[in-house]
Amino acid sequence: MNNIQEFSKEIKKGNKRFIAKAITLIENEDKQATELINSLYEFCGNAKTIGITGPPGAGKSTLVGELVKHIRSLDKTCGLILVDPSSPFTGGAILGDRIRMPELTNDSGVFIRSMGTRGSLGGLAKATRDSVKILDASGYDYVIIETVGIGQAETDIVQTADAVVVVSVPGLGDHIQTLKAGIMEIADLFVVNKADKDGAPKTARELRLMIEMSNYAVEERPPVLLTDALSGTGIPELFTKIEAFIENNLKSGKFESRRKEQLLFEIQDILDYNVKKYIKTKIDKDFYKSKVEEIFNRETTPYVVTEELFNILLNKGE
Amino acid sequence: MSERKVRILVAKPGLDGHDRGAKVVARALRDAGMEVIYTGLRQTPEQIVRAAIQEDVQFIGLSCLSGAHNHLFPKVTSLLEESGADDIIVFGGGVIPSDDIPFLKEKGIKEIFGPGTGTDKIINFINSLCDE
Repeated sequence: MNNIQEFSKEIKKGNKRFIAKAITLIENEDKQATELINSLYEFCGNAKTIGITGPPGAGKSTLVGELVKHIRSLDKTCGLILVDPSSPFTGGAILGDRIRMPELTNDSGVFIRSMGTRGSLGGLAKATRDSVKILDASGYDYVIIETVGIGQAETDIVQTADAVVVVSVPGLGDHIQTLKAGIMEIADLFVVNKADKDGAPKTARELRLMIEMSNYAVEERPPVLLTDALSGTGIPELFTKIEAFIENNLKSGKFESRRKEQLLFEIQDILDYNVKKYIKTKIDKDFYKSKVEEIFNRETTPYVVTEELFNILLNKGE
Repeated sequence: MSERKVRILVAKPGLDGHDRGAKVVARALRDAGMEVIYTGLRQTPEQIVRAAIQEDVQFIGLSCLSGAHNHLFPKVTSLLEESGADDIIVFGGGVIPSDDIPFLKEKGIKEIFGPGTGTDKIINFINSLCDE
């Protein structure tokens, strides 16, 4: 890569080749990625970010494709980050979300990037958050993030998006599922996709019941919408509701407080990461090995050992 | 520069709907630790090149069983050149007569893998170019 100034200039102009290269730097944890983010940071914060999450096969990618087509019809631009799982064994991945939106590739107002999780477990990749900043600085009006197909507890998206849409489908379980903690709690909007299937109205009803029993103020209850992403049915209504949610939050100050909460999380997250990296460089593997032997033989305990290690780290840090 | 993961776009240009080969290759590359962006059937060369640029891949693998490879493959390499992205290495596979291979290589296709090629051969091809 040439110099950072040149690079950030091209990104601000929306040069797709440079945007793509920047995201690669972020994914590879290249040192220059941090410099780039620092130089672009003052130009970030304008894009509205929408997170789309839900179980595998719910129709997230198809829904994202239709949503983006609708946003484009309103003359707004979109950057997309589509996350798929990396293999925990080989690190390889099949990133196949683009298949659901082939016509968007030729649209100059759309940028699509597929991303492997590379070991992250919260539904996003480690690189997602910073990649959003790149798309934001390039001037896209909306950044849409599609998580991996999730189960019940992958809630990273709430730390990254201004609005989170949880996509469900009929037939995944009974009403008890709607009572559980985790992804049910992070939705700003619920979508029951595949609305043409039997049981869709029932699933929507169960979700509404769950919402009524929760502690939402009446005016803040997340809407439950029915969509059929394959035919595009319900997509304009979904976008209207997303916009209304963001608009209301902007007025009430919740938009700002949410972003501040996300920033607090981000600082702590980066700090955690750096501390972990630091610990790795300071304590060698043989030390761990000898301690494992001692713990195994019940000569000491994991807590005593970690206390000891912590003191060593503090002394080394001086 | 820190370690770079191999990213590769597997695409089917043109109109044939036979994607078993492309899927087998995509899966083998995945198991070799690579990130494979699979774009599905019936892609135009323009779509393939644009996707490759946005995904910042080092390789494009094209699969064609319709006989239109002499038209479609060189279109991909020339579009890459026009976009200033001719550092992306293109290779191909499918039902391609051996007589056509010299022409395709002349047009910038790095290698052609015919029916019966072992997936390890393709993986070695990619890895050896990454080491360069």
